[in-house]
Amino acid sequence: MTQNYEKLPHDAFTRIPRDTQEAEKISKPSVSFWQDAWRSLKKNKGAIISLILFGLIVLMSFIGPLISPYEPNDQIITHANLPPKVPVIENLGIMDGVGTLGGREVDMYELKNVEQNYWFGTDGLGRDMFSRVWKGTQVSLFIAFVAAAIDMLIGVIYGGISGYFGGRVDDVMQRIVEILTGIPNLVVVILFILIMDPGILAIIIALTITGWTGMSRVVRGQVLKYKNQEFVLAARTLGASDTRIIWKHLMPNVLGVIIINTMFTIPGAIFFEAFLSFIGLGLQAPDASLGTLINDGYKLIQYQPHILLFPAVVLSLIMIAFNLIGDGLRDALDPKMKD
Amino acid sequence: MAEKLVEIKNLKQHFNVGKANEVKAVDGITFDIYKGETLGLVGESGCGKSTTGRSIIRLYDATDGQVLYEGESVHGKKNKTDLKKFNRKMQMIFQDPYASLNQRMKVMDIIAEGIDIHGLAKNASDRKKMVYDLLETVGLNKEHANRYPHEFSGGQRQRLGIARALAVDPDFIIADEPISALDVSIQAQVVNLLKELQEEKGLTYLFIAHDLSMVKYISDRIGVMYFGKLVELAPADELYANPMHPYTQSLLSAIPLPDPNYERNRTRKAYDPAVHNYADGEDVKMREVSPNHFVDCSEKEFAELQDRLAAKK
Amino acid sequence: MEKILQVKDLELSFNTYGGEVKAIRGVNFDLYKGETLAIVGESGSGKSVTTKSIMRLLPEESAEFKNGEILFDGRDLTKLSDKEMQKIRGKDISMIFQDPMTSLNPTMPIGRQITEPILKHQKISKDEAKKVAIDLLRLVGMPKPELRMKQYPHQFSGGQRQRIVIAIALACNPQILIADEPTTALDVTIQAQILELMKDLQKKIDTSIIFITHDLGVVANVADRVAVMYGGKIVEIGTVDEIFYNPQHPYTWGLLSSMPSMDAEDAKLYAIPGTPPDLLDPPKGDAFALRSEYALKIDMEQQPPFFKISDTHMAATWLLHPEAPTVEPPEMVIERMKKFPGSRYYEGSAN
Repeated sequence: MTQNYEKLPHDAFTRIPRDTQEAEKISKPSVSFWQDAWRSLKKNKGAIISLILFGLIVLMSFIGPLISPYEPNDQIITHANLPPKVPVIENLGIMDGVGTLGGREVDMYELKNVEQNYWFGTDGLGRDMFSRVWKGTQVSLFIAFVAAAIDMLIGVIYGGISGYFGGRVDDVMQRIVEILTGIPNLVVVILFILIMDPGILAIIIALTITGWTGMSRVVRGQVLKYKNQEFVLAARTLGASDTRIIWKHLMPNVLGVIIINTMFTIPGAIFFEAFLSFIGLGLQAPDASLGTLINDGYKLIQYQPHILLFPAVVLSLIMIAFNLIGDGLRDALDPKMKD
Repeated sequence: MAEKLVEIKNLKQHFNVGKANEVKAVDGITFDIYKGETLGLVGESGCGKSTTGRSIIRLYDATDGQVLYEGESVHGKKNKTDLKKFNRKMQMIFQDPYASLNQRMKVMDIIAEGIDIHGLAKNASDRKKMVYDLLETVGLNKEHANRYPHEFSGGQRQRLGIARALAVDPDFIIADEPISALDVSIQAQVVNLLKELQEEKGLTYLFIAHDLSMVKYISDRIGVMYFGKLVELAPADELYANPMHPYTQSLLSAIPLPDPNYERNRTRKAYDPAVHNYADGEDVKMREVSPNHFVDCSEKEFAELQDRLAAKK
Repeated sequence: MEKILQVKDLELSFNTYGGEVKAIRGVNFDLYKGETLAIVGESGSGKSVTTKSIMRLLPEESAEFKNGEILFDGRDLTKLSDKEMQKIRGKDISMIFQDPMTSLNPTMPIGRQITEPILKHQKISKDEAKKVAIDLLRLVGMPKPELRMKQYPHQFSGGQRQRIVIAIALACNPQILIADEPTTALDVTIQAQILELMKDLQKKIDTSIIFITHDLGVVANVADRVAVMYGGKIVEIGTVDEIFYNPQHPYTWGLLSSMPSMDAEDAKLYAIPGTPPDLLDPPKGDAFALRSEYALKIDMEQQPPFFKISDTHMAATWLLHPEAPTVEPPEMVIERMKKFPGSRYYEGSAN
């Protein structure tokens, strides 16, 4: 707008050659999809704290039963129904071994003449709750992970085939899924437990028999979305085989959604296992899972609240942690799924 | 006349055959593509031009008709070696610079895909060298090989797509709207590159687009499609100077040009398929009105067009 | 001529994870009553952001006005509350978007979609509003408007939908109509119809139009004046003839010569190399210098100010400084300049 030009050094107006290579240069550092996802996950505080918390729970589920001097199933009848007692912390007025007996607060350990400390107390049969809780966590997590892995395996293969080949194959496979999802879950599970011996295997099979349909639907949807994208068409025009397209092109793109979905199946499986055990269809005594422990504890909630408290807290922490991790992963891997 | 490279004979591509929602995307089109030429294919969205390209390269199984490449049929049952042979001769460049590259793969692996499938590289370092050369051919450099597609701009991605197609050293490339998604200043980069490559390697193109000014610039001959049919086919200059089918006339009259004086005086012609007023059973087909200028018309229209042509002279 | 809208020194940034994206870096322009101003530029040049900031349609949590003002009717739109802005949006200033399918509500008959803004901004009865809506549909060339009022968007073709969108935008006789790539999603023949319609309507109701597009053909067709944007700034602004027949900025040269003209023979197209600047970290000097073959040393150091070419024509390039060397524009641009009286290549009246 100014027509009065400021004085500029004369050589300011010499022409400079254009560097075409410079114009093609990309200055940003190269970041792969997974690196980028990890970066945005790191920014999510909730997910990172949950990840650490979950790591600790897994760690404790393995070393917990080891560091406790008692075996999870060892019964010491004379030590029954002891409240939790932890050295040092007992000075704070909690976990000091004090329980209510006939309306009066008494130190149960003194009363029963117990020298040792039970960190989480003991149950009615004198079993150490500390090692039982962690053993139970271990069993619950094992069931959930195996069930989720089987769900994933079947779901991905089934959904992948159904989506990729499409047409009549897809029609038939989807009708089967619809029938399976139509049967109430609980009925199938109860029938299964009736036929089989109750135990870890029965629960895993019960969980997976219908659980994979969710994963298969998600994978099918994703495969349908990607298989007609131009990069897949390009691979086909280059002569890529079906196997190559599936493994090199579709899987890496669908993987994110598979991970997210698995992260949400695991807490579901833990919860369902706890539920089955709670209604008596799960693990049988003396084996412990979080569900059976809670089942034992809730009957005594008025007199021995610690028996319910510890497994319930661990279960809640696992559920919350998994949901936060799942949310974080979803935001990091698939930003579009947020809305 | 030059040698025929691809012959498309009465190609039909119908979807959902036998169902209520049957779509006749391509409904019996016939044309030849000569060696070394660029044939432009234009039309509005949904006219079947992209489907035609995809049927030719066998992404769809044709409902009817034939595609001959150097006299050999492309469609029908084929064994793997035969198919791979066609895959190397015929390649495709896609429209969407974002969707046409796999986001999870490095540029190196994207471009080398054809090399890997057909085993064209002797060893890993040979493969690397081939990719670097291809990158250079399309105006990029080897620093780009270790990056991921999302780091590139639209124009650069489109060039990566071209490099991927060139990796198998094809003779014939179908370019399916390769510049529609690009900014004006970038379109020229891609079009110039395609032209250079054609001169260097003697490539033959089928260039599908809706931007008629670019098509005219790059094509030797142009075919105009309307609702699954080819309505006019002529050398590029001839088609623009002397459009005969009323739809072509309407299409040409609608293109805005970057020239305000021209725009002030432009009159638009509308096309109404009813103008033909074909009687039942009238034989409407492609007829050669003047040398190399084919128009989809009836016997009666053919006579009229020739009269008009004679009157002009 | 009466200025209806003034954009002054507008600067706007987006706060993103990666940092501050300076999407608009000092934009100035006026809009006069009854004119069509076309804003051209490639994606990321800031053309859409500029108009969305006039409408205040940018996400509040990330978009931030850094400087400048948008004066309309004596008020600065950047400072208005959301409530005040709502009274202006759709009444005084309305907008048409690119995709006619997503700008209509698929679950509501189009009659109600047209009467809704009328009822909101004007104090008239439902029956009167209906009459206005029918008139509007007739105005945009919809046959049998009474019957079509009850139909839903999916029962219309793409071109018809865009007509409906225009009818909705015009429902309250806005003073300014902002059209953001309104014909990009349409086929050429439909595009031609819509452009004709918009020009007809403008004559009838005398609104000012800001027309955003990347298609120079469309610009030549609709615009009275043209602003060329690059890297978040206007680099050249002038009447449509000045921009097309006497362009001064190397970027405008590049744009005009990267399109083949219908009559020119197979001259090689002028390709602008490289890619637009990254506005996370905009260059210090002229944003276009890296891609320009006319770059001067000072382009790397200092942003060029606007140089006046005529009362209506300005360009921001150091090439117009009196001390700058005279350069030869690309051939296709010289061809254009030959037609423009006053340019240095003028060859008498072009016939």
